[in-house]
Amino acid sequence: MRMDNVPLIFEYSVPGRVAVALSDPGVPEVPLEAIVGAEHLRREPAALPEVSEPDLVRHYTRLSQRNYAVDVGFYPLGSCTMKYNPKVNEDAARLPGFARLHPNAPRELAQGALQLLWELDRMFCEISGMDRVTFQPAAGAHGELTALMMIRAYHEDRGEQRTRVIVPDSAHGTNPASAAMCGYTVVTVPSDARGNIDRAALRRAADGSVAALMLTNPNTLGLFEEHVVEVAEIIHGCGALMYLDGANFNAVLGITRPGDQGFDVMHLNVHKTFSTPHGGGGPGAGPVALKQMLEPYLPTPTVERDGDGFRLDDERPKTIGRVRAFVGNFGVLVRAYAYLRTFGPLLRQTSEAAVLNANYLLQRLRPYFDLPYDRTCMHEFVLSGRRQKTQYGVRTLDIAKRLLDYGYHAPTIYFPLIVDEAIMIEPTETESRQTLDAFADALIRIAEECETDPETVRTAPHRTVVTRLDEVAAARNPNLRWRPPTKAGVTR
Amino acid sequence: MTAPVSWQPHKYLPMTAEERDEMLRAIGCSTVEDLLADIPVQVRLRRALNLPPDLAEADLLAHLRQMADRNGHADRLICFLGGGAYDHWIPSAVWHLAGRAEFYTAYTPYQAEVMQGELQAAYEYQSMLCELTAMEVANASMYDGASAVGEAAVMARDLTKRNAVVVSTAVHPQYREVLRTYTRHLGIRIVEVPYQAGLATPERVAAAVGEQTAAVIVQSPNVFGCIEQGRALAQIAHEAGALLIVAVAEPISLGLLEPPGAYGADIVAGEGQPLGNHLNFGGPYLGMLATREAFVRRMPGRLVGATTDREGRRGFVLTLQTREQHIRREKATSNICTNEALNALAAGIYMAALGRTGMRRVAEVNARRAHYAKQRLCAIPGIRPAFDAPTFNEFVLHLPVAPGDLNARLVEYGFLGGLALGRWYPDLADGWLVCVTEARTRAQIDALADVVAQVVRAS
Repeated sequence: MRMDNVPLIFEYSVPGRVAVALSDPGVPEVPLEAIVGAEHLRREPAALPEVSEPDLVRHYTRLSQRNYAVDVGFYPLGSCTMKYNPKVNEDAARLPGFARLHPNAPRELAQGALQLLWELDRMFCEISGMDRVTFQPAAGAHGELTALMMIRAYHEDRGEQRTRVIVPDSAHGTNPASAAMCGYTVVTVPSDARGNIDRAALRRAADGSVAALMLTNPNTLGLFEEHVVEVAEIIHGCGALMYLDGANFNAVLGITRPGDQGFDVMHLNVHKTFSTPHGGGGPGAGPVALKQMLEPYLPTPTVERDGDGFRLDDERPKTIGRVRAFVGNFGVLVRAYAYLRTFGPLLRQTSEAAVLNANYLLQRLRPYFDLPYDRTCMHEFVLSGRRQKTQYGVRTLDIAKRLLDYGYHAPTIYFPLIVDEAIMIEPTETESRQTLDAFADALIRIAEECETDPETVRTAPHRTVVTRLDEVAAARNPNLRWRPPTKAGVTR
Repeated sequence: MTAPVSWQPHKYLPMTAEERDEMLRAIGCSTVEDLLADIPVQVRLRRALNLPPDLAEADLLAHLRQMADRNGHADRLICFLGGGAYDHWIPSAVWHLAGRAEFYTAYTPYQAEVMQGELQAAYEYQSMLCELTAMEVANASMYDGASAVGEAAVMARDLTKRNAVVVSTAVHPQYREVLRTYTRHLGIRIVEVPYQAGLATPERVAAAVGEQTAAVIVQSPNVFGCIEQGRALAQIAHEAGALLIVAVAEPISLGLLEPPGAYGADIVAGEGQPLGNHLNFGGPYLGMLATREAFVRRMPGRLVGATTDREGRRGFVLTLQTREQHIRREKATSNICTNEALNALAAGIYMAALGRTGMRRVAEVNARRAHYAKQRLCAIPGIRPAFDAPTFNEFVLHLPVAPGDLNARLVEYGFLGGLALGRWYPDLADGWLVCVTEARTRAQIDALADVVAQVVRAS
């Protein structure tokens, strides 16, 4: 990783430099005032940087060298499924027939794209055990919101005004946030001693005011909900619906299907389970798969088969409406399609390898850290740094930062909230045993350092381009943008 | 019991059958099934997934190319279609850089010390978007233009504690649909103001605002390509104690047109696709969201801020995270988590590539060529402009033939024609929304006009 400081792109700027060559308008000259109206003309050009193309290329290349990524090394970020992002998928999405297709093109000019979506719908349904898919949502949280809106429409259509959504205390923060955006009150239910949702508490909460349970399975402890069938009975028993947060779907592909477990609707994190790259925070895609009874409420447009061809349908009387413009994050879905077509039924093996990798890594690390829920894990597991904190005064944050010095991305930390000093590790199936062993060795060495040299861990990282950053100052006095120097040369 | 497919080598899976067995032994198991014991037997899938067979890489690409080639894409047809997505030239450098795997295979920058590249690029994007829109702060991206407008309305409700939103019907209909979806369960009332002569007229907007109006939402250039009277609309909104939200579907226009921040916009929400992102059949794109500094703590989405490390060196972090769902859960400003970071990166690179003079220049070429095209097409007998208001790179024409029929004929000549507006606006059944960007040459415009003239004459 490059150690030298990289100036802001604005700081390279030299008046008069350009990084593009634009052709002349080549049409008869008409005063701009006559075209757009004098009152609408911009008076001062935007103070964008003025750089040449070589400046531009070097700048962003240098920035890229200050980034950790799956193609650089192991990324055991729990709940994020940082698996390898296949290169052929990138080539697929960049085919001009996909990348250069206009979303307003009439349907007869988009048959290839619609066919791809239709076939992806069929594959997602087979994998999830559901009946239909909407491709509208752009991300997992967007999928949650979409699904909850369909659930609400379903209940309202039956003349029921249900007001509450149940969320376990181990849930992702997006679950309660999505429920609130859909106008629901959130009821939090605790987890039991084995890390499952507490069924007694669930029974107490489940009544006619409940619209849905939002459950992650395997849950955020990396554990399969052992009583999922009974949980579904409780929820369905009070007329509510079962929603699956599909963030951890990578554990069970071809092994068990949410639709068979009693879930009525779920979102798929295409950027987790189906190998599409995270892009430094996005884009993702959060298609929602659902059972037939929710079909009338699908957001528009839906992809429909029409004789030998395909069409988009936006004439659906009971629809919840759109959640975004156009059909969805199509470019991301092309990558998912390509991924599924490289596996076929062999997809099951990805989950088996993911589960085995996680259990193998857990076995290696078990002696060195606390394990609050000691069960066979699925594709990820949650350790606790409690021992290191109480015995040596080293926090989990410090351990995470020290891992950066060893050349690894840190696991997810302090989540789920129900585990003190949580360290959530998800190796994925695309890592080799050698990588897992080397990572385990590093983490074990850090556990030893906590004992022998805690100060080095507490002050980590030491080998990164910057040391620990002052987040408190960043939030107290937000500096969210560069500002142009004033004429006197002072920053305004 | 449930392993109908035997262990096979696969190019993405390093684990060999031998390693599998060794690793199982290391954890005291004999089969993978032992690891799945917590899954109730009655919910296990007892058969292989019924998926189409796996394809080798060459076969996969051939299959995908076959599907892609069935599409009438913008390399095959000369594109005069806009309506919320725009065919601009993307400098080669943009995706050579945004396509670097160090960027696209990274996660959200939660570990700032090893993510300074992404964080700095996002800070630069936020800064450039502020400059382009003349706003004080911008976030690191939303999903798309439509959802950004929906979130902006919720933000305005939270800021003003009022529960109605006035929106012009000259705002893109899909943006308005998303606005309705996003606000339906939050007690926000949507009041639509019918457009007049292609615009949100100050008179009609003034008549629609009231004591409960949280925001006035207009789009400029609007769905018809017409440039709104931003200053007058801002005044009306502010006099009523409401915010002005300006939706920008075509940010290239801001190279030439007065930016929303200069005429009093409180929130700019829009679509960043035209800034260096491909058409992609509708996504991934990026939502732009910018506002006043005073409103930043009610803003949804990720924000990157500058700070210092222990040695006093400049560094960047995700900041003001107490607004966000992973901290505040149901009290967060929004549920958004994953955004469109890579598309924002491309937008940032695009804005830097164009720069101060290039952004102005590209906008000017759009306006000039579109104006030329409007004149050429309006010279055809039977065709007339729908509205008199000034336009940027899109405009509506009344056609003497059905727009859909004309488009079908144009495909035969190698053109992707304008948008037939009747589906969105029944009163504009003969309306044809034409888009002319800098990517269209004079020769292409002339060729289009010749074919349109021929088709109209023959009808």
